[in-house]
Amino acid sequence: MNPSAESSQPAITYLNHETSVMSWLLTRDHKRIGVMFLVGVIFSLLLGGIFAMVLRLELLTPGPTLISPMTYNRMFTLHGVIMVWLFMIPAIPSAFGNFVLPIMLGAKDVAFPRLNLASFYIYLAGALLTVFGMLWSGADTGWTFYTPYSTVSPSALTPILLGVFIIGFSTIITGLNFITTVHTMRAPGMHWTRIPLFVWAIYGTSVIQVVATPVLGMVLLLVSMERLLGAGIFDPSRGGDPVLFQHMFWFYSHPAVYIMVLPAMGVITEVVCAFSRKNIFGYRMIAASTFGIAFVGFFSWGHHMFVSGQSTFTSGIFGVLSMLVAIFTAIKIFNWVATMYGGSIDLRVPLLYVLGFIFLLMFGGMTGVAVATTSLDVHWHDTYFVVAHFHYIMVGAVLMAFLAALHYWWPKMFGRVYPERWSFLAAMTIIFGFIVTFLPQFLLGNLGMPRRYYQYPQEMQWLHVLSTAGASLLAFGFGLIAVYLLWSLRYGPVSAPNPWGSRGYEWFSGSPPAPHNFTRAPSFEREVHDYTVPEAPRVY
Amino acid sequence: MNEFFRRILFLPEQASTVSKDVDHLHYVIISTTMVAATIIFALAAYFLIRYRRRSETDVTPKVQGTLGWELLFIGLPLTTFLVWFFIGYHDFIRMQTPPRDAMDVYVVGKQWMWKFTYPEGPNSIGVLRVPVGRPVRLLLTSRDVIHSFFVPAFRIKQDALPGAYTQTWFEVTTPGTYRVMCAEYCGLKHSEMWAEVVALSQEDYEEWMKQQRQGLVARRDATPSAPEELSPLTPARRAATYDAQQPHGELMYAERGTLPERGERVAAAKGCLRCHTIDGTQHIGPTWLDLYMRRELLTSGETVVADEAYLTESMMKPLEKLVAGYEPVMPSFQGQLEAAEVAALLEYIKTLRSARLQDVESRGPVYEPIGGE
Ligand code: HEM
Ligand SMILES: [Cu+2]
Repeated sequence: MNPSAESSQPAITYLNHETSVMSWLLTRDHKRIGVMFLVGVIFSLLLGGIFAMVLRLELLTPGPTLISPMTYNRMFTLHGVIMVWLFMIPAIPSAFGNFVLPIMLGAKDVAFPRLNLASFYIYLAGALLTVFGMLWSGADTGWTFYTPYSTVSPSALTPILLGVFIIGFSTIITGLNFITTVHTMRAPGMHWTRIPLFVWAIYGTSVIQVVATPVLGMVLLLVSMERLLGAGIFDPSRGGDPVLFQHMFWFYSHPAVYIMVLPAMGVITEVVCAFSRKNIFGYRMIAASTFGIAFVGFFSWGHHMFVSGQSTFTSGIFGVLSMLVAIFTAIKIFNWVATMYGGSIDLRVPLLYVLGFIFLLMFGGMTGVAVATTSLDVHWHDTYFVVAHFHYIMVGAVLMAFLAALHYWWPKMFGRVYPERWSFLAAMTIIFGFIVTFLPQFLLGNLGMPRRYYQYPQEMQWLHVLSTAGASLLAFGFGLIAVYLLWSLRYGPVSAPNPWGSRGYEWFSGSPPAPHNFTRAPSFEREVHDYTVPEAPRVY
Repeated sequence: MNEFFRRILFLPEQASTVSKDVDHLHYVIISTTMVAATIIFALAAYFLIRYRRRSETDVTPKVQGTLGWELLFIGLPLTTFLVWFFIGYHDFIRMQTPPRDAMDVYVVGKQWMWKFTYPEGPNSIGVLRVPVGRPVRLLLTSRDVIHSFFVPAFRIKQDALPGAYTQTWFEVTTPGTYRVMCAEYCGLKHSEMWAEVVALSQEDYEEWMKQQRQGLVARRDATPSAPEELSPLTPARRAATYDAQQPHGELMYAERGTLPERGERVAAAKGCLRCHTIDGTQHIGPTWLDLYMRRELLTSGETVVADEAYLTESMMKPLEKLVAGYEPVMPSFQGQLEAAEVAALLEYIKTLRSARLQDVESRGPVYEPIGGE
């Protein structure tokens, strides 16, 4: 376990075999593309985080505090759009998926390396267009773009809609690439029952991406048509239906929640196994529940619309289907906890994030069951209860898994280890800060604080103050991580090829891996994460 | 017990008949889920200590899930969740179904205020007066974008959509003043779109309504009332000036007569009566006599009850649901009719009932589709 004890790094790695700027910008190596995505999503997280902090500061007092109502409305739109489309959706699949998925399969690269590079540039173009559009026109619709407000809003929305539309293509391409890779690029010996669960999670996600994203593209185009040509699709005064948008939007965006959460669950599965030194408790159940979630995820969008005037019967159906999603999630939680039973558990930072993840997912998920109960959701819909709920389950999950993955695969990606104590402190700050930020928001929702509010009644103030205090802690924790990770890139101790003693297949390659992942063909004789017999470290 | 839970969960007062039932389920679900989540998390924490790593070369046994465990993992939560869902759905149906004897109030949301219109005639902005102990049905619509009518103390919320009517209802149990907010983001002053419900005792309410009918037009801060001709926009702007800590000022203004009287004028002015009769004779369109709550047979073979939502849809999108036996000739009145005029027409149509049918009404729907044969 001593990081530098067995320092047998390959001399030539994907990082040092070519070092020119062009060799990065035009690379077709999935690892480099993964790293570029990583930089992109971290930058987005920073940007979205700054806006979040301004929002929280504004809410420190009941009346105007820092910014005007118009600025506030623009900021929460920016915050939501950036966090959802530029951070949460690509974070794990595009950055870590790209990096480790082919290695886990024993492949040299993804099936379509050029398309993979294209997907990064499409993401970049869409992201730049979106951010430019938002700064230029000050969109104020919220990331949900609900009609008819989005069709009458004075801000120029079209560049943003177009930007998100473009990002959608990046998602679709990445998804197609992964699906093809999993089907055609597995090394000999990699049977379907041996595929690591992270790969299963990315595979399930890719299927949703390919099926659902076109619907988002369509609805964004329709809104643009409405704005530019006055098409009248959502405008009741021209015979359109304002609620139609919500159906189409949530038909994408509800499954999109699973586009974000499923990869996170995949990361958690890998990390739990590695640090418990245990095989996963129910391999088949975890893989199957991934597809269960992906499937029923498509049939629960109506739970966003219990009070929109849809029929009582429809609401009932969507309520029941939403309960099924909760069940599939519950299966996973039970299996992770059961995996720890009888293990040899080492509480390192990635595992600490896993505990944070389980905590947030559980309480977020349980409140999800509560909001799927139709009579209760009438009170909670569009209040801070919902804001807290989705931050717990989806933001909490993505963030915790993202940080777990970042620390777990940091030595794999850069061949260095991060400082243990600092990372422990940062992790505790972030988990604690997160809970302090969003727990009061559940209570605010109960009190009746609607979301997207610039001003609120006096009696709600102290809960807001608490929430802002938590957000400051959170920001501090992120700052800490940024500092020590940048430090470790240069000064961190050199890592062993497999510093965690993990039996995940991705550790068969060197850390950092050779340009084509393996210097000789890997062979997979055992199941993934099989810790029943001692194993000599080996690097292919 | 109720009070204890209400306080630790920060729920507002329970001022409507449904709020207690909603809250009780709330307590059960929240406490059960939180206890369950704590147990699972505590189990994970226990494993963490019990199975902590003792040596770097530890080898662990292979433990695999069995079908029995997995079935338990699935069955237990599923059963619990479904039970909760069905109890909640039962309450939800009740919250979605206004009692037959409810009094109606028309609500129009617009950026950024709530306007209330009573069938008896009075209009108000910012304050909804209702009697205690009597179900009130709200018929909501919007002049511009989607708004959502939210009264935390009543545990109700309903979106107000442009070009359509939606409904919700409540029955207040305690006199008092309750905050109304807009819960659907609607633009710049979304967070200022407040109003209040003032629940009065039956007598006070009657007294107030009597004054209104006499044409006394009053505003809390005694600014003169707006005359009928004045565009509703002008007073609205004034009412919407807002201080987050002070509730809205109230603005009342009267228009001539009750809603049905105004509806009759609108029907004549907009030309509805060229095709529809009010005395039961069939003309180019179906008669309005006994139309309200009649079961209509459509060309598609389906039937539909002619409630407010359907009647509004027939004015806005007449070709969407055609009554069997009629030509598709009715023009759309989308954009031609103000929300208040639609409300007036609806109230007018509701008053058009023949005596015979009124007698038997209490026995439930007896209407046969007309023009179906
Ligand atoms: C410092 C941490 C954060 C704080 C203080 C924060 C705060 C907020 C606030 C105040 C809102 C607006 C709520 C409303 O008025 O409706 C919001 C919305 C939202 N946040 Fe965060 N947030 C944080 C982190 C994140 C992160 C990391 C993500 C995603 C990875 C995220 C995703 C979202 C989303 C999707 C919305 C909904 C936007 C909308 O409905 O308009 N947030 N957040
Ligand atoms: Cu509104």
